Amino acid sequence: MSAFVFLVEHDRGAIAETTLGGLRAAREVAAAARLDLHAAIPGTSGDALADEVATHGPAGIHLLHHELLDDYGPDAWAAGASQLADSLGATAVAATGTDRGNEVLAHLAAVRDEAMVANCLTVSVGADAWEMTRVRWGGSLHERSSLTGDLKLLTFAPHAREPEPVGAGDASTATFTPTLDAVHATTVVRDRTETAAGVTLATAPVVVSGGRGVGSAEGFAPLEALAARLGGVVGCSRVVTNNGWRPHSDQVGQTGTVVAPDLYIACGISGAVQHWVGMMNAKHVLAINTDAQAPMVTKADWAVVGDLETIVPAILAEIDRRHG
Amino acid sequence: MRVLVCVKRVPAPGARIVLNEDRRSIDTALLGFAVSPHEECAVEEGVRIVEQHGGSVTVLTLGPPEAEEQIRAAFAVGVHAGARIEAGPEDPDPVATARAIASAVQGLEGAAGPFDLILFGNESADSGGYQVGIRVAHALGRPIVSGIKAIEIDDGAMTVQRPTPQGAEVYELPLPAAVAVREGINLPRYPTLKTRLSAKKTPIELVTTDAAEGGQRMIELVPPPEDTSSVQILGDGPEAAAAVVDVVEQLVSL
Repeated sequence: MSAFVFLVEHDRGAIAETTLGGLRAAREVAAAARLDLHAAIPGTSGDALADEVATHGPAGIHLLHHELLDDYGPDAWAAGASQLADSLGATAVAATGTDRGNEVLAHLAAVRDEAMVANCLTVSVGADAWEMTRVRWGGSLHERSSLTGDLKLLTFAPHAREPEPVGAGDASTATFTPTLDAVHATTVVRDRTETAAGVTLATAPVVVSGGRGVGSAEGFAPLEALAARLGGVVGCSRVVTNNGWRPHSDQVGQTGTVVAPDLYIACGISGAVQHWVGMMNAKHVLAINTDAQAPMVTKADWAVVGDLETIVPAILAEIDRRHG
Repeated sequence: MRVLVCVKRVPAPGARIVLNEDRRSIDTALLGFAVSPHEECAVEEGVRIVEQHGGSVTVLTLGPPEAEEQIRAAFAVGVHAGARIEAGPEDPDPVATARAIASAVQGLEGAAGPFDLILFGNESADSGGYQVGIRVAHALGRPIVSGIKAIEIDDGAMTVQRPTPQGAEVYELPLPAAVAVREGINLPRYPTLKTRLSAKKTPIELVTTDAAEGGQRMIELVPPPEDTSSVQILGDGPEAAAAVVDVVEQLVSL
């Protein structure tokens, strides 16, 4: 059987949150295409992930070893995956459609001059062409596409499938050493700055988010207080960052951060499509808005109609009254 | 510095999307158009780099004649030259798009010398293929890093930063190079009346393409499943606080 290679994403040994969901999607497509699933883990810092990856059903695990793979670099990771694909006679390579996953697959596609389909939700396998549903407009529109080529390249939309271990597995693990050179070194991470500590927007269990209705930078103070009280962080809509009220790093949406907290509290946010696709995976949504017909209100689980300037302090006061 | 910025005309992001009957395009009768938000910031970044280091900024787009509206918008915020690759109303696939852009860049460079920096948006707002800039960079033999939210140029070398949840990754690229930027790298300026008027007179170069497509074909557009959640109104105004805290207590330990 020919091979389907899935690129396991990690950051210096820490596995990416959505990679095992993508591995499950790859396992299902590989089975439908009658291809053996092989997992590629770039860099020695990823070696320790082999046992966990093995429980998700690959036939083979390949530890890509080269000093240029020790930290992230899109050219180097793509070259490593490309050379592994050749050595296995692979006919498909996939990753999860994260920043890195899409970037590496696009480099691989460019080097191989093959098509690449980003952020697939479903893939059905045909004799020659594969057909997929993929994400457009950040998720507010889908597209059916077909893909042909000797080496089919695609990414799976994050959370298209959730991880599903299939037992201890009997994957063979081997080391693979690609040939890399100075060209691949050019785009490797050189340094890092560490600024944030503690809870980050992307992973916070609670996000208290403000939109146009907050009215000013100062207007975010009660939202800050509520977020702190709930163990969460503040987010905002695009209009807020365009007005300079909050830094862009706080923006939730298609062009900002995509979040999936347990509770998303949307204060004065109308719910434009570009914002909605950034938080539609939140498990619960509470909207506070003066307009009962705003899309954010009608799509929320719970809503309070009225002025956030009085409602947010009242919520804080009620929490203090009950819990001190 | 010679800087090139590649932009795409898209329906203005944020509006509700309605499909045309052919299910291959969206109804734009009531929509305005813009360049993708990441690319609006790429234009601003190109203008700032040239303000700081001297040189010129050129904008390149692939699209129908209406896409010249977006080139003129770039002129109005400080871009010096513009070119449009002729295309029909429907997007070519990413492979053909990248081939056409790479060929057009070579044409523009043949006339006036190489671009030190080519800026792209990280992904287009509409099709979101995450690949055109990377394909163009490879075709031109230049390094590219995506997802960039800070660029510093010093003495022929460029340091760029890509945000992570904890901070940022730092990359160093030799020039000439390409970068795909994200919204937030800057806050784009607004045009003035004077720059809007002068933008109408700047000539736009027209480039034709016969680039072949790759292996991806769009079959049709599909609206995602409707969100079926039905909202529960907890109340009006601050009197609803108790009901809100009842709900929050179920989800968060206070």
